[in-house]
Amino acid sequence: MTIRITVRVNGTEYARDVEPRLLLIHFLRDELGLTGSHWGCDTSNCGACVVWLDAKPVKSCTLLAAMADGHQLRTVEGLERDGRLDPVQQGFIECHGLQCGFCTPGMMMTARWLLDHHPDPDEAQIREAISGQVCRCTGYENIVRAIQWAAEHKT
Amino acid sequence: MTQGFGRMLRKEDPRFVRGQGRFVDDIALPGMLHGAVLRSPHPHARILAIDTLAAEAHPKVRAVITGETLAERNLAWMPTLSGDRQAVLATDKVRFQGQEVAFVVAEDRYSARDALELIDVEYEPLPPVIDALRALDPRAPLIRDDLPGCTSNHIFDWETGDADKTQAVFDAAEVTITQDMLYPRVHPAPLETCGAVAQYDQVSGKLTVWETTQAPHAHRTLYAMVAGLPEHKIRVISPDIGGGFGNKVPIYPGYVCAVIGAMITGQPVKWMEDRSENLMSTCFARDFHMHGELAASRDGKIRAIRVSVLADHGAFNGTAQPTKYPAGFFGVFTGSYDLEAAHCRVTGAYTNKAPGGVAYSCSFRVTEAVYLVERLVDMLAYELEADPAELRMRNLLRPEQFPYTSQTGWTYDSGDYPRTLRLALEIAGYEDLRKEQLSERATGHLMGIGISFFTEAVGAGPRKHMDILGLAMNDGAELRIHPTGTAVLRISVQTQGQGHETTFAQIVAEELGLSPDDVEVVHGDTDQTPFGLGTYGSRSTPVSGAATAIVARKVRERARIVASAMLEVNPADLEWEPGRWFVRGDPDQGRTMAEIALAAHSDLELPDGVEGHLDASCVYNPPNLTYPCGAYVCVVDVDPGTGKVSVRRFVAVDDCGVRINPMIVEGQVHRGLADGIGMALMESIAFDAEGNCLGGSFMDYLLPTSLECPAWELGETVTPSPHHPIGAKGVGESATVGSPPAVVNAVIDALRPYGVKHADMPLTPAQVWRAIQGRPLRTDLAIS
Repeated sequence: MTIRITVRVNGTEYARDVEPRLLLIHFLRDELGLTGSHWGCDTSNCGACVVWLDAKPVKSCTLLAAMADGHQLRTVEGLERDGRLDPVQQGFIECHGLQCGFCTPGMMMTARWLLDHHPDPDEAQIREAISGQVCRCTGYENIVRAIQWAAEHKT
Repeated sequence: MTQGFGRMLRKEDPRFVRGQGRFVDDIALPGMLHGAVLRSPHPHARILAIDTLAAEAHPKVRAVITGETLAERNLAWMPTLSGDRQAVLATDKVRFQGQEVAFVVAEDRYSARDALELIDVEYEPLPPVIDALRALDPRAPLIRDDLPGCTSNHIFDWETGDADKTQAVFDAAEVTITQDMLYPRVHPAPLETCGAVAQYDQVSGKLTVWETTQAPHAHRTLYAMVAGLPEHKIRVISPDIGGGFGNKVPIYPGYVCAVIGAMITGQPVKWMEDRSENLMSTCFARDFHMHGELAASRDGKIRAIRVSVLADHGAFNGTAQPTKYPAGFFGVFTGSYDLEAAHCRVTGAYTNKAPGGVAYSCSFRVTEAVYLVERLVDMLAYELEADPAELRMRNLLRPEQFPYTSQTGWTYDSGDYPRTLRLALEIAGYEDLRKEQLSERATGHLMGIGISFFTEAVGAGPRKHMDILGLAMNDGAELRIHPTGTAVLRISVQTQGQGHETTFAQIVAEELGLSPDDVEVVHGDTDQTPFGLGTYGSRSTPVSGAATAIVARKVRERARIVASAMLEVNPADLEWEPGRWFVRGDPDQGRTMAEIALAAHSDLELPDGVEGHLDASCVYNPPNLTYPCGAYVCVVDVDPGTGKVSVRRFVAVDDCGVRINPMIVEGQVHRGLADGIGMALMESIAFDAEGNCLGGSFMDYLLPTSLECPAWELGETVTPSPHHPIGAKGVGESATVGSPPAVVNAVIDALRPYGVKHADMPLTPAQVWRAIQGRPLRTDLAIS
């Protein structure tokens, strides 16, 4: 059995027939080919799969694709605008905020949301914002610095 | 921009920040099928029957593979990297919870999982061996009855050092310290789980496997040995890897099944494990039950260390380490101190748990060695009521003692240990911290200060001593200079986040005066790179980094000969400056690398015996390991009511010799410090009495987040390695090795008012609270 869903991802509308049980992360990756978001843990602990659902970060490994029907999604592929990196993306490069790059897309989506709502966060606010996500490479400090860099370099 | 060593932004990052990394699960091939593994719910059980009919009848299932299918091809078992064998799919018994029993290939990911539920396996449960300390009891159930002549769960005995001499020192010692300590079973848990995509071309017979592997060349050779495929028809590609930490060194049954699935169906097959499968079945780390003893004089001179270890290797001996080192490099347990004697005995045992042991940035078990010695030294300080920093300073090797050969035969290459420790104490403001601690204690606040000093042994290794399955642990590099002067470097090691595409380009840039941007680094593809054993054990820079420097120097020398032909002078009359050969005494007469490269490809008449082009290759056989060191200071606060530990500060001074890219080095140190907090306070794969794995998801296997980690305070000293071409030492695992004892020492220091001398990791709130009550728990079992 499949159901028809329509979603708008990074500004583009997609209509697909999907199984009701299909996870949003697998829909994005396998159906739409948007492989920037990653499947890390299944249990909402690691946050490698964080995307925006109607402008709020969500863990797409524990949402069904069907729940996104009629909604807007934004993924890492939608951060760059008109060929210019988002300051968050640039900050991760400048401050060595990534090593293997697997958690990075989810981290950046949360960071973008944080800065949209708190343009000048202090370190504690940044650490709190990313505390639902796991990075195994950076020990977090350079991610914090990357987000601070982005706050200081608003577009 | 011309730049060699120094801070440089990473060449890898632009693709990752755009979500354009290419990880194994990102690969989609036309007609690709999906595989899933059926796993055992029992830790130990006989398989009576497997009924796959219903699964095979599933409309989207293309193949169901069992051990029986594989046995027909003589593939039911595969060799491990330690010379044991491991079931690809179980035929006789299952030996750990989560062991691979059957493999389904279906048209999509979800259908493959659906079909697993249609397979009916009839098991006869057997009593499991869960408590490692009872594994060698003659009455313990026999796990490896598949091995001819195997009558117990004993795997090996290994010893090093001088038992008699050590005994004599202990007999005469004024003070001795004795402590049992467990380095618990933990898991590397890279954020990307393990997986593979296998493609088999029925016409050409070529097998291509995209794998989450840290050692693509070694895997290719193993596939050739296991499957009987000609090695030149196998291509292993390690694309972007989402962290490895040793978890991605072994070959896993899922990889082999994906290959078999592709050969059977004639279509590409992807297998990607989920998080629980990763935690429950792939290479764990540590699980060392150590009995440590230290002998000292009353005035604080450490004289000898003796240790006996029971190593829980799980159901198959699958550790990835040099053949002659069944306990890895645990022999460096003498640490950073000048001892009179030392002795160690390690016994390996089978249990009904997942196989592994050597992983998680352990530098082949240097982690366990450093933890043991640094805990013992702290306990000596406690016993003597000495300051742990002063006690270490008094016993550290002195700079003039290098190269220093330890009591267990390891030759430390270089270091200035007192300077490294002094710098860490200075950054920490150690004396003020001790004063603060005194006043905090007076108000009932539990503040702790922990120190560790470590010496690592990395860069395996000299071919005379170090091999895996007979393959010497050497690595290669090939450098090609294009006619217009840009370069391609091909290396046998492979990045999983370490930034090789950047640092290895910087090595070439440093040696040839090119811009790193003009050097493309190719890695992770056996068809495109020279043979080598891969990236783990902090060996990339010590081995392949050396090969890269040497190959660049070969190119430079070829360029000199070509330049001499261009300038019509003797090569001996040319001098080098970055990027250019010029005539000694006449600097205007010179040729740049780009000019020389073009000439090398042109009709220029070259001296006899000189080939055209500048390209060169190198295999590097390290004369010795490199020995980075570091001094760490951790400050914690402990809540006596709940047992919760908060890490307030962490100071880390590392000496890894010459730093190619300090930004990347610091990033690697940050990572290892977070590992240390995780292992010391949170991470553990424990089991209940029935053998159920209690760390099988990220809800149970707890990893440090941004809230558990403080802002790291780093420092550096630089003592170049005398035998490495650029003076560099490995650093990727230093902080993982060095940080856990600093955290534990800090917590035990905080608990001093309660008289606590030791408690095993992880120091969870429950464990700390129990320690305060005087009853710390065994942390490997959920029974007490």
